[in-house]
Amino acid sequence: MQHASTKLLLGSLLLASTLAQAGTVTIESWRVDDKALWEDVLIPAFQKKNPGIQVKFAPTAPTEYDSSLTARLTGGTAGDLITCRPFDKSLTLFKQGQLEKLDGKAGMENFPASAKVAWQTDDGKDTYCMPMASVIHGFFYNKKIFKDLNLKEPKTQAEFFATLEALKKAGKVPLALGTADQWESNQIVFTSIGANYWKGEEGRKALIAGKAKFTDPQFVAAWDQMAKWGPYLSKGASAQTYADSQNLFAMGKAGIYPAGSWDIAYFNQQGLDFGAFPPPVAKAGDKCQISDHTDIGMGVNPKGKNKADAYKFLAWLGSQEFADLYTNKVTGFFSLSNHLISVKDPVAKQMIDWRKTCGSTIRLNAQIMNRGEPAMENELWNVSSQVLNGKMAPKDAAAKIQTGFAKWYKPQQK
Amino acid sequence: MKRMPWHIAVFLAPAVLVYSVFSALPLLDTLRLGFYATTDTGSTHFAGLSNYLTILTDPAWSAAFWNAMWNNCKFFFIHLLIQNPIGLVLATLLSLKGLKGARHYRTLIFLPTLLSVVIIGFIWQLILSPLWGVSEGLMAKVGLADYFAPWLGQESSALITLALISVWQFVGIPMMLIYAALLAVPEDIVEAAHVEGASAWRIFWEIKLPLILPTLGLVTILTFVGNFNAFDLIYSVKGAIAGPNYSTDILGTLFYRTFFGYQSQVGSPTMGAAVATLMFLVILAGVGTYFYFVQRKLTRYEL
Repeated sequence: MQHASTKLLLGSLLLASTLAQAGTVTIESWRVDDKALWEDVLIPAFQKKNPGIQVKFAPTAPTEYDSSLTARLTGGTAGDLITCRPFDKSLTLFKQGQLEKLDGKAGMENFPASAKVAWQTDDGKDTYCMPMASVIHGFFYNKKIFKDLNLKEPKTQAEFFATLEALKKAGKVPLALGTADQWESNQIVFTSIGANYWKGEEGRKALIAGKAKFTDPQFVAAWDQMAKWGPYLSKGASAQTYADSQNLFAMGKAGIYPAGSWDIAYFNQQGLDFGAFPPPVAKAGDKCQISDHTDIGMGVNPKGKNKADAYKFLAWLGSQEFADLYTNKVTGFFSLSNHLISVKDPVAKQMIDWRKTCGSTIRLNAQIMNRGEPAMENELWNVSSQVLNGKMAPKDAAAKIQTGFAKWYKPQQK
Repeated sequence: MKRMPWHIAVFLAPAVLVYSVFSALPLLDTLRLGFYATTDTGSTHFAGLSNYLTILTDPAWSAAFWNAMWNNCKFFFIHLLIQNPIGLVLATLLSLKGLKGARHYRTLIFLPTLLSVVIIGFIWQLILSPLWGVSEGLMAKVGLADYFAPWLGQESSALITLALISVWQFVGIPMMLIYAALLAVPEDIVEAAHVEGASAWRIFWEIKLPLILPTLGLVTILTFVGNFNAFDLIYSVKGAIAGPNYSTDILGTLFYRTFFGYQSQVGSPTMGAAVATLMFLVILAGVGTYFYFVQRKLTRYEL
């Protein structure tokens, strides 16, 4: 009797799983944090317009996403829609025939050329992922501390250091930043504050064209500023993790937090009263540059079981409705489409408004430069952390990156 | 004519089968994969020794490899010189007659070994945290506050700190093995020595220690194999990039970055297999040397 019921149960489970697969669009993603949001808000909103299409959001942890996705794509078990990392990670997939070409597909017309660059071949001919969202980097500050000490949002670098000094005198940790996890040193600090020195896109493109080197003053200057941050980090910053920095700022012990816009949601949850300012410029009146990094896209798996429905979902991803929902529900991620969206969160609004006055660029090394060996991203984490810790001189950091870059990149070998 | 000893084959079959399929075959395939290279389109082709040449001669690769190798040696020597002597002392103390609560000590000292490495890494990161850790406060209580430093974050101390955390976790294993060996030392020999007027000190050095030497050798080789395969503690505390400035990078983390890739470093199964093969060769050489020069010459006493 027991046996028979087990069999029945197994049989029905099998049946249920095959049924679920028949009409389900599965989305591969690394955004584990957004799972509830997709299931409760985004997918129901899509289904209201497209009844009958089942959508399953199946995320993998960010650190495992790339390797496990590659394995599933190779094995033919990956989902229908693939969340795309920007630039080379996805370009490799496209070259291996694991992403469909999306030019001319419904929804793609709503995105500016600048947003599509992250998911195009080097010659710009083929686009293989739909741009979803970017993240913006800058600084958060604790409004209460700033009010108590009568401090203002610093606009220039001189004001910035004066603010740090004032915070230090008042016994606060001026900058909540550590180097134990290393990635912040590059992604939140170096490529964010540096954009002002190398004039954003201008400097980035000059590097790719071989017209500038990392050892040029405009790049070394960014590390120079970081070297001066040392005294304003908490004691023991070298063993301070990203989570430690977040806590330090959330608990009101630190005045300023070098941030990515995705941090907004976390500090909102903690009930902190905070504001944001862009990386300070050299002198008043200079045009500001921000790191406005194209971070997430969505592509289609050529071997997906449900391609027709996947394209319907993709078309919806390009709509005003999705842009609005994503920007306002996934606080800190900004839609890349041309649609006009009103951002409701005050800090997110502050950050997106920087686009009006500042030039936008992406993370310095994201395009092409990450392609070679030694891997520049990893190298930048390492040298930038050491500069912050005072263990490496800015010019040595620049020399190390330039040497690695010139080793494999032809335009830099002249 | 003798009958074929079928029963031997039947009894051996399960072990041979499981071992071949899950251990020998993957190992051989790894050795094979190390001779191949991957192209941009994802296809592999035979490349001879080129992976090994790259690792050992390309400056960027060889610097990383020898750095990991040297760190791994340090990691091993710290275990050898601290973990195993402490294990020996603890085992000797536990085997003393009339020690009250010996079983409790034994359990408590062995307990960390049973915990997950991720938990160990997390707990020690908290204990040593310069922001909220208890270690600075505890050191201040005994007047040592000035000696506190963010050990896990400094290039000079991060690897030693991690090795000591690992020692703390695994000291129970040599202790248990040596303890078992000490219990096996026959009572009558010790008593005879006692009657002859030998001191406890002399009994330890001249009777017990020679008798447990084979076990100490075993512990050494287990430590060696374990340390050169180590990965988990470093990964859980410092991540795959093993900072600061790769000062905690050991062969396991180097293999992980090579095989799976990390951030902009693209993973390469073939290159990873080459690194894994080198690790295998290092361990093989170490174990081989030990068996050839040490194990064969150890005297075993018929008790």
